[in-house]
Amino acid sequence: MDTREKDIENLKDYKYGFTTDIENIKAPKGLNDDVIKFISNIKKEPKWMLDFRLKAFERFKLLKEPNWQKPKYPKIDYQDLYYYSAPKSMNDKPKSLDELDPKLLETYNKLGIPLQEQARLNGIAVDAVFDSVSVATTFKGELTKHGIIFCSMSEAIQKHPELVKKYLGTVIPITDHFFATLNSAVFTDGSFVYIPEGVKCPMELSTYFRINASETGQFERTLIIADKGSYVSYLEGCTAPMRDENQLHAANVELIALDDAEIKYSTVQNWYPGDESGKGGIYNFVTKRGLCKGKNSKISWTQVETGSAITWKYPSCILKGDNSIGEFYSIAITNNHQKADTGTKMIHLGKNTKSKIISKGISAGFSDMTYRGLVDINSKAKNSSNYTQCDSLLMGNKCGAHTVPYIKNKNFDSNIAHEATTSKISEEQLHYCQQRGLNPEEAVGLIVNGFCKEVLQQLPMEFAVEAQKLVGISLEGSVG
Amino acid sequence: MSEQLQLDFDKIVKTSNFTNEEIQFKKNYLNNFIKKGFPNRKQEDWKFLDISQIIKKNISGLSFFNDYSQSNKIDPTIFVDGLEHNKIIFINGRIEKIDFNFEDQNKIEIIDEIKKDISFDYENSLIDLNSAFTDKVFKILIKKNYSLKKPLIIYHSTNDKMKSTNINLRLDFELGENSCLKLIDYFANNTATNFINIFYNFNLEKDSILKNYKIDKFRNNNLRYSFNNIEQDNNSVSETFILSAGSNYFKNEINCNLNGEYSSAFINGIFSLKENQQHEIRTTINHLIENTKSYQLIKSVLGKNSKSAYQGRIFVNSKAQKTDGYQLSKAILLDETSEFNAKPELEIYADDVKCSHGSASGSLNEDKIFYLMSRGLNYQQSKELLINGFLLDVVEKITDSEIRNLIKNIIGVKE
Repeated sequence: MDTREKDIENLKDYKYGFTTDIENIKAPKGLNDDVIKFISNIKKEPKWMLDFRLKAFERFKLLKEPNWQKPKYPKIDYQDLYYYSAPKSMNDKPKSLDELDPKLLETYNKLGIPLQEQARLNGIAVDAVFDSVSVATTFKGELTKHGIIFCSMSEAIQKHPELVKKYLGTVIPITDHFFATLNSAVFTDGSFVYIPEGVKCPMELSTYFRINASETGQFERTLIIADKGSYVSYLEGCTAPMRDENQLHAANVELIALDDAEIKYSTVQNWYPGDESGKGGIYNFVTKRGLCKGKNSKISWTQVETGSAITWKYPSCILKGDNSIGEFYSIAITNNHQKADTGTKMIHLGKNTKSKIISKGISAGFSDMTYRGLVDINSKAKNSSNYTQCDSLLMGNKCGAHTVPYIKNKNFDSNIAHEATTSKISEEQLHYCQQRGLNPEEAVGLIVNGFCKEVLQQLPMEFAVEAQKLVGISLEGSVG
Repeated sequence: MSEQLQLDFDKIVKTSNFTNEEIQFKKNYLNNFIKKGFPNRKQEDWKFLDISQIIKKNISGLSFFNDYSQSNKIDPTIFVDGLEHNKIIFINGRIEKIDFNFEDQNKIEIIDEIKKDISFDYENSLIDLNSAFTDKVFKILIKKNYSLKKPLIIYHSTNDKMKSTNINLRLDFELGENSCLKLIDYFANNTATNFINIFYNFNLEKDSILKNYKIDKFRNNNLRYSFNNIEQDNNSVSETFILSAGSNYFKNEINCNLNGEYSSAFINGIFSLKENQQHEIRTTINHLIENTKSYQLIKSVLGKNSKSAYQGRIFVNSKAQKTDGYQLSKAILLDETSEFNAKPELEIYADDVKCSHGSASGSLNEDKIFYLMSRGLNYQQSKELLINGFLLDVVEKITDSEIRNLIKNIIGVKE
């Protein structure tokens, strides 16, 4: 440990910041107090942060891995993972687009992603003219003008410890479930957003604009705080397929909305889903939770999930403040051997709280899709209401679509309505489209887009167009 | 508890005339039960109402031994008036009388020595308990092409002679090709708190029809669990109606396997609960082959401190194309303290299916009450009228008009 600490100490003064030149430093394999101390140390974290991690780890030791979910996966040996490794050096990265998987390039072209962006996504050095870094810096200036803090988690711990200390772990406590607790112990980086009182964030915030966002690693931690009367729309991920070395992704995302604040969180997830026979692919076990802490606050989740071998996540809203609103819009598409178990939880605690859930699931190939959701109206949540609609579309008889809603109503003033349907694309619709000159694949694309429209509408404009294309691409080869 | 189980089991072995083989068989089930214990909320199927806690709270000193060697006196006042019917009478878990007076005796066979093993997969420890402690298991066989002229009413009653606090009973039914059985379970337990565990096994052959009506109307302090396993062959129909209103705790569980093409299952239920009652219906419909159909409608009216739960599961196998599955659960919460839980579940592996479910819960619609009051009814009357209409919807689903009228009278709903 001693020499390592010294090394880190020396690196501090390095001109290009420590992220670029610590590539040889890797935490030893396995999970123990030392590894956690190592991570904390390398990130130069204050003591309270280390304590937070260690406390989470203590708790983690007591927890058992859950196994109630639908998609089963081979046992993960948590001692056989690296919990910290510095970003890859430029030498390991592909030099030009020619070195990439041609299939990946094909998809990029279909999505209409510009060349420079394709390169950036794969970590190829981009020429200075279209440097995303410079784009990002201009945005940063605009944000600072409004007093908005938008930085990496590590930076926030250093520069805004009072905010992090106050809010981190308040929505997803360190005593939460297995993966969330693991994340609390070993998280590497993520985004931090703070919107001051009364500020409407002038642009969509996106991980895309944050410089070292691409290498946050497998244990990402995001914290977004919207102070009184503020508004923010946050985009996570992108439509382009993302490859990653790490199989397990256990991120934590916490949202906090104070009085009259609104947070809109949109995700497009397109991680590597494994090959056609179901080999490889990413396990996306994410904990996302929003707390409507103040009166009249609103949190809205929108997600388009097309990637990952296994997706297992339930973006939730805790509606604590009176008159608060929670929304969940989701499209989940599984193809080949992908599996998804996703949905939401709406926990109504305050009076006059409202929630809305729209979930569209599409499964094709040999895949399995589960919507699992909870609507819980507490006895104090007078005059609350919920509306849930979850529709599933099946393509072929080798796949499955499941709906498992939990509905708990403890308040006689409140209303819950739930609807679900499962069906396939009707022959009539297909026939109609084909008659008008579309080929079967285009016809399915069109019908599916119509099926998903309610959710796609919720996405910010430029995202929606890409997401629409992505929906079509994800289902390629499933018709016939 | 395991000591008590063992002790009572030994008493049964002593007093009954089971063969060695049977005793061994029962012992296995007993050991299974001792190992598993009563189901609790950690098990997904028991998430909403935890029976182990409810039993603990309500019954102190649970005991399992009933002396079946002595007969009980039948109290004719429990009999249902105004409907001619065949009878099976259980008193304190013992079959006192099997009476098929209205029927052609050659067409009905009653077999009392049947294989007691259980042919389907289950995790439920209450089935183990049942299999360990049931007395004689009768099988009623309706022969080919015979439709019972009159309904069969099974009376479940207890009296003060009962020594233990637990009753386990089981009946098996086999409906031959093109036969028809109308079966009413009538619960008339008047004695204090017992845990009653009922297990029925139905085997429906081609073109047969089963209509099962479970009526638990009169307020009593018993805790009740009922499990129906229904196996259905081609073109068979099963109709189940549940009125869940009387007992302190009642969980009705129905597992229906649609094994034959064009078979269909209908389940309709009413919860009408008051003070401290906790009731649940859990259904599993397995669509295992093409062209099968299921329909479920469950409605709850929940008063003070009451709690109802509905867990409905539609499973569609990848072979079961053209399945039609439907579920609807609705609840009216009348009081601040009432609670409704639902878990309507779809698990689907075939693409050419039509499956949907819906669930709605809330209070009585104030606009409707206003409308009725503006037409001269008072608040209470308006409320009653609305509830009446709400429940009538389910009763109307009963296909047998005679029984429908009987049930309307029992519930007190008007057209």
